[in-house]
Amino acid sequence: MTGQFRTAKGGRIDRAQKLLFSFDDVVYEGVQGDTLASALLANGVHLMGRSYKYHRPRGVLSAGSDEPNALVGLYRDKARYTPNLRAPCVELYNGLMADSQNRWPSLRWDIGIINDALSPLLPAGFYYKTFKWPAFAWKKYYEPFIRAAAGLGRSPTLADPDRYDNRWAHCDVLVVGSGPAGVSAALAAAESGARVILCDEQAELGGSLLSDVQANIDDQPAQAWLAGALATLARHPRVQLLPRTTAFGYFAHNMVGLSERITDHMAEPAAHLPRERLWQVRATEVVIAAGALERPLVFPHNDRPGVMLADSARTYVNRYGVKPGNLVVVATAHDSAYRAALDLHAAGVKIVTLADQRPSPSGPLIDAVRDAGIPLRVGTSVTGTGGGTRVRWVSLSSNGVSSEPVVCDTLLMSGGWTPSVHLFSQSRGRLRFDEALQAYVPGQSVERERSAGACRGVFGLAAALQDGAQAGAAAAKAAGYASARANPASAVGGEAGTGGWLGLVPGASPVKAFLDFQNDVTAKDIKLAVREGMRSIEHIKRYTTTGMATDQGKTSNMNALGVASGALDTPIPQVGHTTFRMPYTPVTFGAFAALSRDGLFDPARQTPMHDWAAENGAVFEDVGLWKRAHYFPKSSEDLHKAVDRECVAVRQSVGIFDASTLGKIEVVGPDAAEFMNRMYINAWTKLGVGKCRYGIMCREDGFVMDDGVVGRMAADRFHVTTTTGGAPRVLALMEDYLQTEWPDLDVWLTSTTEQWAVIAVQGPRARDVLAPLVEGIDISAKAFPHMSVAEGRIAGVPTRLFRVSFSGELGFEVNVPADYGRAVWEAIYASGQQYGITPYGTETMHVLRAEKGFIIVGQETDGTATPDDAGLTWAIGKAKKDFVGKRSLDRASMKGADRKQLVGLLTENPATVLEEGAQLVAGPKQPVPMTLLGHVTSSYHSANLGHSIALAMLSGGRARIGTSLFVPMPQGAIKVKIVDPVFYDREGARLDG
Amino acid sequence: MLIIDCPYCGKRPEIEFSYGGEAHIARPLDPAALNDEEWAAFLYARTNPKGLHAERWRHARGCGRFFNAVRDTVSDFFVTTYKTGEARPDATKKASA
Amino acid sequence: MQNFSAFALLRRAFGGHSSWQPQWRTPEPKASYDAIIVGAGGHGLGTAYYLAKEHGMRNIAVIERGWLGGGNTGRNTTIIRSNYLFDESAALYDHSVKLWETLSEELNYNVMYSARGVMMLAHTIHDIQVFKRHVHANRANGVDNEWLTAEQAKEFCPPLNISPNLRYPVLGAALQRRGGTARHDAVAWGYARGADDMGVDIIQNCEVTGIRRDASGAVMGVDTAKGFIGAKKVGVVAAGHTSVVMAMAGMRLPLESFPLQALVSEPVKPVFPCVVMSNTVHAYISQSDKGEFVIGAGTDAFVSYSQRGGLHIPSHTLDAICELFPMFRRMRMLRNWGGIVDTTPDRSPIISKTPVPGLYVNCGWGTGGFKATPGSANVFAHTMARDEPHPINAPFTLERFRDGVMIDEAAAAAVAH
Repeated sequence: MTGQFRTAKGGRIDRAQKLLFSFDDVVYEGVQGDTLASALLANGVHLMGRSYKYHRPRGVLSAGSDEPNALVGLYRDKARYTPNLRAPCVELYNGLMADSQNRWPSLRWDIGIINDALSPLLPAGFYYKTFKWPAFAWKKYYEPFIRAAAGLGRSPTLADPDRYDNRWAHCDVLVVGSGPAGVSAALAAAESGARVILCDEQAELGGSLLSDVQANIDDQPAQAWLAGALATLARHPRVQLLPRTTAFGYFAHNMVGLSERITDHMAEPAAHLPRERLWQVRATEVVIAAGALERPLVFPHNDRPGVMLADSARTYVNRYGVKPGNLVVVATAHDSAYRAALDLHAAGVKIVTLADQRPSPSGPLIDAVRDAGIPLRVGTSVTGTGGGTRVRWVSLSSNGVSSEPVVCDTLLMSGGWTPSVHLFSQSRGRLRFDEALQAYVPGQSVERERSAGACRGVFGLAAALQDGAQAGAAAAKAAGYASARANPASAVGGEAGTGGWLGLVPGASPVKAFLDFQNDVTAKDIKLAVREGMRSIEHIKRYTTTGMATDQGKTSNMNALGVASGALDTPIPQVGHTTFRMPYTPVTFGAFAALSRDGLFDPARQTPMHDWAAENGAVFEDVGLWKRAHYFPKSSEDLHKAVDRECVAVRQSVGIFDASTLGKIEVVGPDAAEFMNRMYINAWTKLGVGKCRYGIMCREDGFVMDDGVVGRMAADRFHVTTTTGGAPRVLALMEDYLQTEWPDLDVWLTSTTEQWAVIAVQGPRARDVLAPLVEGIDISAKAFPHMSVAEGRIAGVPTRLFRVSFSGELGFEVNVPADYGRAVWEAIYASGQQYGITPYGTETMHVLRAEKGFIIVGQETDGTATPDDAGLTWAIGKAKKDFVGKRSLDRASMKGADRKQLVGLLTENPATVLEEGAQLVAGPKQPVPMTLLGHVTSSYHSANLGHSIALAMLSGGRARIGTSLFVPMPQGAIKVKIVDPVFYDREGARLDG
Repeated sequence: MLIIDCPYCGKRPEIEFSYGGEAHIARPLDPAALNDEEWAAFLYARTNPKGLHAERWRHARGCGRFFNAVRDTVSDFFVTTYKTGEARPDATKKASA
Repeated sequence: MQNFSAFALLRRAFGGHSSWQPQWRTPEPKASYDAIIVGAGGHGLGTAYYLAKEHGMRNIAVIERGWLGGGNTGRNTTIIRSNYLFDESAALYDHSVKLWETLSEELNYNVMYSARGVMMLAHTIHDIQVFKRHVHANRANGVDNEWLTAEQAKEFCPPLNISPNLRYPVLGAALQRRGGTARHDAVAWGYARGADDMGVDIIQNCEVTGIRRDASGAVMGVDTAKGFIGAKKVGVVAAGHTSVVMAMAGMRLPLESFPLQALVSEPVKPVFPCVVMSNTVHAYISQSDKGEFVIGAGTDAFVSYSQRGGLHIPSHTLDAICELFPMFRRMRMLRNWGGIVDTTPDRSPIISKTPVPGLYVNCGWGTGGFKATPGSANVFAHTMARDEPHPINAPFTLERFRDGVMIDEAAAAAVAH
């Protein structure tokens, strides 16, 4: 097919560059510079979509992002399918493939149109009134039916292979919109030296100037002036021009989100380019020059393909060289449609009639239309259209008298202009209703922001140029560029005009008079909502869904407000308006996520020995941000076999474990001991230098927050360890108290987690393994007993050597500077070869400590356990007057005998391993809800003991030791015996090897 | 994302900071002297005002210091920031951009 | 009350639907009522409904600063579930789920309760331990909740990415089949219509400016934009604004109000059959009947009544959505909004009498109040009518903070070790 509606000349297209594309599998030809909509129109195709609810055939309504009807799915390939794109915003490229949506089997013959016939049964909110009976049928029948009928396009079904990018930017003046006001603002700001970003959602900068073929600016044609102005801006080193970039959201403290589309318009995007880029711009000052949106007229069957907004038709003719039809009727309530009629007329389109619903319009544009010989009927409104999937005639009515149908193939309409206040409103500025304009315009700014041009109700080319220049200069001045001046260009033509209408046109029926085209909301629906008691505009919106479609009511909200105002018999300002929400137009999920995917989704923390573990076959687990070696399987071992082997090796000879992830904090200063006394439940004053203590920290509410071994390196220096996940929390809490409650204490806190690699060597042979490597420390049992710490060297590297044990065996924890971690690990590993030293992971560490009844904070305790619950009363410094959490622990409820306490569990069958998280009950046959007494916190098979073991938190647990309870499982209850939580070496004889 | 004026470092984006809740709730010097009601009030009761709020922030990913701020919880604009230990400023000034 | 049914729709279609009556009246306030509810969200309207229906109190008013259902009721992601850990929570939320199951019939209003299943993803061994604890506790409490392997999770939700190469791979999931979603507006409207029909006055656009008390300290009524309205019982159900209202009675509550954001995508044909939640990577998603993906984002860090938050919060959520569902990267955000959530120190609600005689409060629902709407309203009505808590909300009183008897669901999810 060829473009039989293409004009012979003019427009911002390159007729020589032909592009082939398909729509619903029919191949068409377009040209470079087309949008999908303009290319289809050039081929005479108006029918581009089906509406959401009634599946009514729809043509393209507008030429911009306010388009509600012409939504298409686009695919370069299966993984790049993108639904719900607006045809006027899709730039044509060679080979583009688009499909219509929400129709079956085809766009022209859509079975869903039955909904249209049933529409009397489907008024606003019909689903609230029905589908309730029988109850089960909602989920089974009604809802699936409704869901299948709803939705628009199809979701993509494959992972998106494209890349997205993020960028952060600062500027002095951000200008949103590049029409006459925006370009003027950018020029004025740029001339002062300010850093300027000028963005516009369209492919080309220029806004309404791109459609203007009549006006002159500074004695040049408007588009020539625009080209010069943009060239000037482009030459400024401190100006950034961003076409194809939508300012979609205005956030607190002048942060504006921009969505830049980079490759969607390219036939073959270069591989290195991201598809889109999301900008977060922090602007000192913002100028919003977002223009205005034309309103449709509201009358029956105003949604038929071939019905378009008048100024959009002007854009198609002037900018894209496309005639929307051959026989055009123009219906208007505003002067601006006269300009459209004139431009179409000049392009050779026959204007059958221009019907103006105003009784006596006047002004230069009206005179020009009369002079051009276009038939003008004033006091005449449009009250209907006829035809099938294309307008064939329209009905006009004057003073309640309908005339003969007027034959045409296109109807252009204009209800006037709505200032685009979306971003201003998002900035939390209050809107003001301008009675003269019958429009909401920006009131007082809240952010450092100013609106300019049509978006604040300043219409007309000359006024917009001047308003923009003043806003740009004022913004630059406010940003510190005192020399900023407004030197607006002068314009001839492009007069503002007057007029406008909100709501149903005079004399028209509300039935099938569409307000929200995409969601199929009619004037009648609004009236029904009001009749049913919906008085708030928010209720009306939600009940009818007006303004909730993918265009967010850009063309419909003000008309809906007009209809609601009439139905409520309340002036518009008292009816109010709905909230403008970001984004201005939809923004791709992937652009938000950008590079935050795969390995960059969250940083992965690795210990200095990570690679060694990986090379030696470790399986890793995620603990917070850390990757920890979970176990080290040999050949075909599964988790349990590997752990059994590791556990036995540690108790029989020696194991080596990477404990580097433990949090470490250096607490230093003359008041360090006093600070520790206040932060921990333990007493620290008497802890000798070179000694360690197991410390427990509570929150101020008395519940256990963290634990870890603390070594006293000097009178004024503590080496504090925390749990792996708890380090940031602990340090933050310490800093909080130190800085805000006890600033008098002379203490410094430093996170040293990353400074130390920690190698735990545990087992009866641990000393034998280390002895040959250690210098400067006597690690004999006598000189270096359990819970000692000393500084020396190991394998030639400085170390803080701890004699501690989380396994119950003779144990050491070797702290060395992180960079030496792997070297020292390998030295120890080599030294241990003669003893069969066995690397083990977190699972074995867990089993070994459970055999000893040692808790893990976050597993035995869960944020609701006191030290006593966890069996740690012994650790409390009894003589201390105060510590964090002490007062809370004095509350009666914290001492109740029925609190959950740490106990051990044994099953009758030694092979039965309870499930962690399983519950404990007295009577297994009791009805639900059962009385739950506690739960299993840790449960393992113990290879060393030859039977299963478990730890549990149990109500009144210590008093129940020796009794039996049950663990109810789906397969039947398991009887368990309550025992002391220490299963292995209760005397602690093995600590010395 | 807010811009927060750290009294030690100047204006920085919100993600450098951690929030510390209502300011000027001092830990009692002798907690044991409080009854349960009073202690719970210290632990949990908050003004949570709609309007000017004195609150704590920490420049956690910056200088690490805690400081206080007065912010309008309706507009999220700050009136002022000040150092820990200083009295709450007479915040009659209106918060604005 | 006009019956709502398919037949009624058909019948009235012949009259062009011109005979429908208002679903609720727009009355002027009387001088006094037996009870006043402050706040016409789902919980407040429901409270009025149950006071009238179950406790015979019909001379009552619901007073609302804005429009009914305009707060968190109309802003949330409508997730309904009851698989909470502690017995107290499970009882409260399951009471709600049971009411949800028959609510459309009860109200003669289709609230579109859709038990499509709520699946909570486990990404770490610690998650598995926590979720299994939930599964076991729930089963013993008669609350359905089952453990799924990663493969079973994908079978239940085909778009889910269970690749082991994810930064936080899906290791399994806890599924509550009775969980699901409902239509939030319909809940508010259905309760409003039902309460109105029993004589409850719903007074919108009427801000409460004071709580008056007599010499003994007991409540006398409230000052409002429309003047003083007397009542011996006042129930405050003002969500994010509860601290503001309760301050009028001189009370400081254990509450802080934070912005909570949510967003929807453009609508597409059905592709997502259930609700998926992941606390570890912060993703909450379902697909509405309209076809939009409804996605919950997190709270901002600071107290605010601005009803909006920073871009980094929903952005972070979309990181997680794209990670778990990479086929949705090309989907687009259509609309984002914020609410104000009132949170307590233990993240459990307060449904309680107060030290002020005649003053009751229902608040602190944090990010999860919608699911509890019917149950919360039901037991709060009981509390107001009888001046004593229902057994289900007895653990959720204000006194628990003094006594340290917290119901700490968040802490019980615990920390990484």
